[in-house]
Amino acid sequence: MVKLLGSVEIESVKPLIMELKFILKRIRQSPLSIIGISIIVFYIILAILAPVLAPPEPGRDPYIMPSYGISPVPKPPSKQAIWGTTEGQYDIYYGCIWGVRTAFRTGIIITVGSMIIGILIGCISGYYGGKVDEIMMRITDMFYAIPTIVLAMAIVVLLGIGLDNVIKAMIIVGWPTYARLMRAEVLRIKNEDYIEAARAIGCSDFRIMVKHILPNAIYPVIIMASMNIGNVVLAASALSFLGLGSPAGYADWGAMIALSRNWILGLPGNPLAFWHTYIIPGLFIFTFVLGWNLLGDAFRDMLDPLIRRR
Amino acid sequence: MRLREYIIRRLILLPAILFGISLMIFMIMQCFTPAQRAVAYVQSTEEMLNIDEIIKRYHLDEPLIMQYFYWINNVLHGNLGYSISANMPVAQALATYFPATVELVFLAIPLMLLLGITFGILAAVYRDSVIDHIVRFFSISAWSLPSFWSAIILLAFFYGALGMFPPGRLSPHIVLSLSQSEFKRYTGMYIIDGILNGRLDVSLDALNHVILPSLNLAILSSALPMRIMRSSMLEVLNKEFIIAARAKGLSKWMVIWKHAIKNALIPMITVAGIMVANLITGVVITETVFNYPGLGRFAAGAATSLDMPGILGFALFAGTIYAVTNLVVDILYALIDPRIRY
Repeated sequence: MVKLLGSVEIESVKPLIMELKFILKRIRQSPLSIIGISIIVFYIILAILAPVLAPPEPGRDPYIMPSYGISPVPKPPSKQAIWGTTEGQYDIYYGCIWGVRTAFRTGIIITVGSMIIGILIGCISGYYGGKVDEIMMRITDMFYAIPTIVLAMAIVVLLGIGLDNVIKAMIIVGWPTYARLMRAEVLRIKNEDYIEAARAIGCSDFRIMVKHILPNAIYPVIIMASMNIGNVVLAASALSFLGLGSPAGYADWGAMIALSRNWILGLPGNPLAFWHTYIIPGLFIFTFVLGWNLLGDAFRDMLDPLIRRR
Repeated sequence: MRLREYIIRRLILLPAILFGISLMIFMIMQCFTPAQRAVAYVQSTEEMLNIDEIIKRYHLDEPLIMQYFYWINNVLHGNLGYSISANMPVAQALATYFPATVELVFLAIPLMLLLGITFGILAAVYRDSVIDHIVRFFSISAWSLPSFWSAIILLAFFYGALGMFPPGRLSPHIVLSLSQSEFKRYTGMYIIDGILNGRLDVSLDALNHVILPSLNLAILSSALPMRIMRSSMLEVLNKEFIIAARAKGLSKWMVIWKHAIKNALIPMITVAGIMVANLITGVVITETVFNYPGLGRFAAGAATSLDMPGILGFALFAGTIYAVTNLVVDILYALIDPRIRY
């Protein structure tokens, strides 16, 4: 009896282990995805070490960049600010390092938030079908009808300017993709024999969804989420750049580039005088997003059922 | 016959999509109080003092369904409210800024397709070679590039350092000469209007201003066509008819040119909708950085000054454009590929 129980447990863990092994194999095969992972690991280390690399002054919000004076003109790299300062004398080095945490936070909260809503709606919609499905999917379609960033901009205007509201708006426009994918997976699974069996022994709908459908349907959704983190950070930084997100002085790469906008043309005779104010934070956004997209590129094949297990 | 049925069915779907878009915008507006919504229609200080009268006039305190009908009636008659950021009615602002954006996008699309298709084909033909790796890396990079950053770099390098391709839409001396002479604005697009008025200097100046933003837009949006072209070309090149064409003695490039490209282009149409969405997003950022007075800059300005009628008017407009282009794309797709019927 004990042995039987054990084997049942192993059976239920097996798809997870198989999936992980499959992912690891794919990652090993592709050099680009290894570069992607290295970039992400590098950024994770930067995020963890931020208080060591750029120690904040005790007693102030560590996400506010220290400012060395009141002159608006950016200053080139010096001993005090090793990557120079941007408009308002904000320390670029400090902002870039703490910006890693901002990027991870926005990326992860937006992705996980929209994923949870998407899974819930997709699961209910796919499982119950009929009218529920019809209504939920038409609502999902409505979100698809307007380009996401435009809709997100409108929602930020509604909620008010600020990074938290950018995050909320991105979640509101982000979930339909996950809902559609989750619904498709649930539709595929719900007619399997083991679901029928679970229903036959009297499992409730809730139990079937949580215990039997969710574990089998969730992998493609998680893979899609990991592919999306980069794009989500990119979109959030664009909104910050436009001035809808973090306020000036907040360690947010998009907002830091917004600070450089008045200095793009440099000084007379030295047009590239202030290159550090936009090149450095931009490189951070670019490589961060690139890391996720390189990884996502390897994952993309796994989402495609036709070439999945070749 | 079946094609006609399909097109008719697809056309019937369009009003449903437009209804969805309007419902979405309407729901966002309902998050405000009637007084806040009334401000959207206010154009002067006197009206501001009689806010109750405006609420009455626009039926802003009636049941939801009635409100929707009154609102959509207003929208269909071109009354989208008053944009504080543009200092004119929203409908007028959209009409004023639209031609500039059309000019920008119509220059960017061929550039984007040229970049995407050429490099996609090269990558597929020389699969796993250096070219392929460079193209794949470029497409992932372009996909990861912050549009505002690439725009700033282009502006700093070409305009700041080299003094070429200034930002804005027209040079000051051209604007001055336009205001002094009789210049008819047939289309609102200066490149075309310049030719129609026999003022080539205006056309060239407009072109000079639009090159850099459209280049930025094209580079950013070329990632997707490049990727799609590469994969569909790879698929086509493995088909039997390609091998047959090679076997009968046609040269490699002849086969690619005559047989492969045409077939490989079909899947490109399927992602045209996503490309349009990318372009709309790209326009907002690109126009803002290049200070190019189009719809995108209007939208960004409206958003940052919390001009609700402005941003919602833009969202409604963008959604409509998006729906219509998707419709055109679907019909084109059915026309080109007889196998496609939904």
